[in-house]
Amino acid sequence: MYLQTLFIALREIRRNAMRSFLTILGIIIGVSAVIIMSTIGNGATAKVTADIARLGSNMLSIRPGQMRGPGGASAEAKPLEMADVTAIEREVGNLEAVAPTATKGVTVIYGNMNWSTSVIGTTNRYLAVRDWEIAEGRPFSESETRSGKMVCLIGQTVRRELFGGQSPVGEQVRIGRQSCRVAGLLQSKGQSSFGTDQDDIVLIPLQAFQSKISGNRDISRIYLSVNEGASTEQAQEEIRLLLRERRRVGPKESDDFSVFDMKEISDTMTGTTEVLTTLLSAVAAVSLLVGGIGIMNIMLVSVTERTREIGVRLAIGAREREVLLQFLVEAVVLSTLGGITGILFGVSSSFGITNLLRIPYVLDPLMIIIAFIFSTAIGIIFGFFPARKAAHLNPIDALRHE
Amino acid sequence: MTPSHSSYSENGPVPLVEFQQVTKAYGRGAAEVKALRGLNVRIHEKEFVAVMGPSGSGKSTCMNILGCLDIPTTGSYLFGGIPVGTLSRDQRAILRRHYLGFVFQGYNLLGRTSAMENVELPLLYRRTPASRRHSLAREALRTVGLEGFEHHTPAELSGGQQQRVAIARAIVAQPALLLADEPTGNLDTEKSHEIMDMLRSFNSGLGITIIMVTHEPDMAAYAGRVIRFKDGQVDSDNRNGGKA
Ligand SMILES: Nc1ncnc2c1ncn2[C@@H]1O[C@H](COP(=O)(O)OP(=O)(O)OP(=O)(O)O)[C@@H](O)[C@H]1O
Ligand SMILES: [Mg+2]
Repeated sequence: MYLQTLFIALREIRRNAMRSFLTILGIIIGVSAVIIMSTIGNGATAKVTADIARLGSNMLSIRPGQMRGPGGASAEAKPLEMADVTAIEREVGNLEAVAPTATKGVTVIYGNMNWSTSVIGTTNRYLAVRDWEIAEGRPFSESETRSGKMVCLIGQTVRRELFGGQSPVGEQVRIGRQSCRVAGLLQSKGQSSFGTDQDDIVLIPLQAFQSKISGNRDISRIYLSVNEGASTEQAQEEIRLLLRERRRVGPKESDDFSVFDMKEISDTMTGTTEVLTTLLSAVAAVSLLVGGIGIMNIMLVSVTERTREIGVRLAIGAREREVLLQFLVEAVVLSTLGGITGILFGVSSSFGITNLLRIPYVLDPLMIIIAFIFSTAIGIIFGFFPARKAAHLNPIDALRHE
Repeated sequence: MTPSHSSYSENGPVPLVEFQQVTKAYGRGAAEVKALRGLNVRIHEKEFVAVMGPSGSGKSTCMNILGCLDIPTTGSYLFGGIPVGTLSRDQRAILRRHYLGFVFQGYNLLGRTSAMENVELPLLYRRTPASRRHSLAREALRTVGLEGFEHHTPAELSGGQQQRVAIARAIVAQPALLLADEPTGNLDTEKSHEIMDMLRSFNSGLGITIIMVTHEPDMAAYAGRVIRFKDGQVDSDNRNGGKA
């Protein structure tokens, strides 16, 4: 009986190819939406997680001024100084590395090429804190750091713009009016999760930066990394107390500096993408539901349209459950077909979209299984009422139906 | 549940169908319409009966009961000795599947479906294997003179041809009883006579019992017996020799 009914249902689907296609369109769209949305969501989460890992999740950064509102750092905040750095190194426990930095926008010239970028004055510790490797050449030497000699490490973007495919190590470039030898080339770090190009950078020893480029001894930011397994929260608190004392912040005054915990930022960002994923999935699920209602709608119309046909089937000797099963099988076959088409379409277009957005293609097989089961379930649920309506028809009335 | 229409009782052969004081009422209370008012009819195997009568006299109601599509309000209708009124909807469906064939005034073929597939439909519900189904359907179409039209859809066939497909569908499963409610109602005279010739040959050649409603005396003349209805009752019941 089941095989026969399946055969009858398939024949009906083929007989009404156009209507069948319209019926499953909703399911195709719904299922592919679910897959596309979840793949994009997963890809975005994976990218953010990878970005954070690249940034270093055991990293803290300190800058003068309290970040508050759109104004950013307050103007009157006192800059940080080298003495703060040594104090932190001496008094705060569990620190892996501490790197003072100062930044300025400059134009770097090599031969007849020039490129605007940021130059960061810092120490080798910066590489340790940022977990950054040298691709070619060497880091600063002890004597270069101490004496403030003009040597630099350049990022991949700067290399590309000034040297093209050529090796920069050992070449002389000009930074402002100063001549500077390239000691090493940094490995690529790619875009940060805030969209900035992390490879568009030149590092020089802090001493050299202060004496030859900025002309002052200010430190704009201190980066530090905490030992593996140690609490960033505790380090943050110790630094806060130390700096309040050093900077003579009164007990009732709020901090005139900020300590950022990368872990906090990473948690917020992962949280945001997770919310985004959930939201996208919810939207997709609603569209799947709408697809299911579409199936019910068209099946109901089709029952009305096919009333006489149902009458003929009943008169010829079809039992109630055979008509019920026929319509149910029609709905399930249609929604399954729509589910499979939707999966194929969703998988292939999410592959294209993730490529386009340059986020990783993370296909969740569970999502595919869920989408498939869901579309079939929708066929059963929304196919049931029209099927029951068809099966309950009185053959005499059905035959007389215009 | 097999109808015992081939066995014999003390009073001679058991009729294939028998109405005993059958009434049929539609609606309730003031709106009640009595379509049949105490019908007593017996029809035996191999008879060819024409049912006539004015519009609204209960002919179609009677056919619906004969076809086990409906049950009497009171009285009983026996099909091969089985009181159909006591059967469930599904049991009646099984009865129709195995013993009945229908021809409707409006053909009622499935649209966008080939003649073959239309004719195969009753066999599908009988679970006849595919190869046998195809050969029986082809055979039935040849019987009604539609060889070569197997793959035409109703839209590609004339009214007369469509009715012949419907007849092929009704006889393909070799029913004990063929019911036809105004089978020639939509056809011109020439086509009507072709259809009637066909029905008569099924009756005499294949031994299928036929009950047919018609308004035209010309068509009724093909039958061996003419029952006239009036106000839900039998007005007259005559045997004629059948048209020569
Ligand atoms: N489903 C129904 N509901 C209510 N009344 C009905 C129904 N079917 C038939 N009737 C009534 O029953 C009576 C007999 O109807 P029936 O269809 O049997 O007549 P008929 O002899 O076939 O007429 P016609 O020659 O016009 O086909 C009519 O008065 C009709 O209005
Ligand atoms: Mg009638």
